[in-house]
Amino acid sequence: MYKKICSKYEPTKDNLIHILHEIQDTHPQHYISDEAVEEVSKYLNLPTNHIYGVLTFYSMYSTTPRGKNIIRLCESPPCYIKGSENILRKLKVLLGVETGETSKDGLFTLELSACLGVCGNAPVMMINEDVYGDLTEEKVEEIIEKYRRAQ
Amino acid sequence: MAKTVNVWIDGNQLEVPDTMTIIEAADKHGFYIPRLCYHPDLPPTANCGVCVVDLAGSPTPKRACCTPVAEGMKITTNTKKLRSYRKTLVEMILSNHEVVCPTCVANNKCELQTLASNLGVDMEALPSILIKKPADDTSLSIIRDTNKCIACGRCITVCNEVQQVYALTMSERGIDSHPDTAFAHGMANSPCVNCGQCTVYCPTGALRERSEIDEVWDAILDPEKHVIVQEAPSIRVSLGEEFGMPLGSVTPKKMYAALRKIGFDSVMDTNFTADLTILEEGTECVAKLKAGDKRPLITSCSPGWIKFMETYYPDLADCVSTAKSPMSMFGVLSKTYYAQEQNIDPAKIVSVAIMPCTAKKFEARRPELRDSGYQDTDYVLTTRELLRMIKEAGIDFANLKEEEADEGMSFYTGAGTIFGATGGVMEAAIRSAYFLVTGEELENLDIDAVRGLEGVKEATIEVPGFGPLKVAVAHGLGNARKVMDRVREGLNTTGESPWHFIEIMACPGGCVGGGGQPYGNDIASRARRGLALYEEDRNLPVRKSHHNPEVTRIYERFLGEPNSPLAQKLLHTHYFERSVNTGQVVREVTHKH
Repeated sequence: MYKKICSKYEPTKDNLIHILHEIQDTHPQHYISDEAVEEVSKYLNLPTNHIYGVLTFYSMYSTTPRGKNIIRLCESPPCYIKGSENILRKLKVLLGVETGETSKDGLFTLELSACLGVCGNAPVMMINEDVYGDLTEEKVEEIIEKYRRAQ
Repeated sequence: MAKTVNVWIDGNQLEVPDTMTIIEAADKHGFYIPRLCYHPDLPPTANCGVCVVDLAGSPTPKRACCTPVAEGMKITTNTKKLRSYRKTLVEMILSNHEVVCPTCVANNKCELQTLASNLGVDMEALPSILIKKPADDTSLSIIRDTNKCIACGRCITVCNEVQQVYALTMSERGIDSHPDTAFAHGMANSPCVNCGQCTVYCPTGALRERSEIDEVWDAILDPEKHVIVQEAPSIRVSLGEEFGMPLGSVTPKKMYAALRKIGFDSVMDTNFTADLTILEEGTECVAKLKAGDKRPLITSCSPGWIKFMETYYPDLADCVSTAKSPMSMFGVLSKTYYAQEQNIDPAKIVSVAIMPCTAKKFEARRPELRDSGYQDTDYVLTTRELLRMIKEAGIDFANLKEEEADEGMSFYTGAGTIFGATGGVMEAAIRSAYFLVTGEELENLDIDAVRGLEGVKEATIEVPGFGPLKVAVAHGLGNARKVMDRVREGLNTTGESPWHFIEIMACPGGCVGGGGQPYGNDIASRARRGLALYEEDRNLPVRKSHHNPEVTRIYERFLGEPNSPLAQKLLHTHYFERSVNTGQVVREVTHKH
């Protein structure tokens, strides 16, 4: 599977980021495993330690398995001022996880993120590719419920 | 061609090449700029910020380690503000550092400790933010204690750029960034070859050898055990400096005296088995040359190189000499030949090796190196560990009365002693191989082309009856790659290797620059220690391995002749292929005869 993804790209170093993204996006657990890194290492002729360095440098990559839906709550100052701490507390309670963990049912992983670029609607979070702004504790509850029902 | 530019350092006009950085220019002309992560042997990592200087016209201070000089540059190395920046930086580093100086292996050698002391840093300025993590103690050779790590990045630079082993990387970013192995699997599960160059360049005690001092003391203090010790060539030129003697003092006889005082029952010498290695490897080489084998013979003494070869060049394993390293030959003989000659039960013998090397600890525990019926070499101590033992025993090394080693496995020739410097094994081998091929003695013993610190050295020696013998010498694994890539390419295209005989040492400078050598092991001191070995060689009465009387004796009384069936059993080994990701054995690639 990883070989197939690699083969879509020219085997040059500058494709590393793209290959890693596609591997992560197509993995049901949204992460990049040891085996994937070893395969990419062979394909690009890059040592695994270099790839691991890149993987851990960018917060968008994960080296551990994650849930079906990835929640990224903004932790930048504007969102903080508008109460992102309360949202975070609410999310932790709703999902039964700490930051960085995945809920028991495998549905959600809770992460913090740098600025998402919609400070006008602070506090903001993303779930997968969708942005949710002007969050309140009630609104968060509804949103999570929506995703649970969609399951 | 580098142009010359004019710069002013603290008001002094200097002419320097434009290829230099500010810190290089300052060092060259005797202006001191405080520094922490910068090391002159390595490209700058620009992580710590301690080397900041003021530049006229620049609104902010610049790091001297990574700012190139430019025409007309006016540099100020010290101001009230710069002093305060530096202090704050060191205070911040200390607040995230486990400060346990009195018990730290790097105590009195630690660059952070020295800098903090020199700058008059206030230890109480900032509260500790250190979150303690367990050390990476997976490796048989090297312990990585992240609590003492200051993330300077030198270990990563030397691992990836100099040695090109690719074991360590900078993981994560910002305040969380720290050196780590891929997937944090630990050194033992990475391509790490245990060369220990990271321990040499670590400015603190974060990277260090796995110590076996206690085990060795226990053996010495156990009256039931017979503890025999061997010392590698480079040890004798690396001890004196710690006790105020000049760098590169040649002190084999003080070394023997110190070891006897510590309590070793039998003090022998690895140089003896270095000579023996030459006969075994030389005979193998001559047989190969006479058979017209197109594949080269490559030396096998350096355990960092052997694991590197098994990881990155397993297809060329059959080119590597099957001869065990001098240390392992000594180990197996200490529990066979020596036990027999001295009438001692080998089960009671504890064989200790003093090595300039961390990889030797791994080598000693290779499961295949048990041809005596026991683990051939029980414990390996680095030069640094021996220094600690000498100090624990309170020995006044510089004023010790010289003593001889015990007889049997200690006599050595000049050829044996130069094993410790890059090119030495090659030179020693040529001195004997010439004789083995032609039956005549080589007249000029100093083979200058293979000496010195150039990364890859090549020479052609005219051997009557054979023709031109082409040889290459590489030290440092980055240079080993250059040589091995050409060998691989040659064999895969024309079927011929560019050289007949190749010496490879894992560490820059050879064993004198090994990963177990005393702190402050920079390229300049490696060169000085190497010269000391050549000086000893010049002054020794016997300079060719095949004239070593104890070597002659061991063949007469025990082994028969070089490469005899018994020699094959005890003194030769085989190799494995290892995973480039985990360093673990994949399969056996050569087999023992």
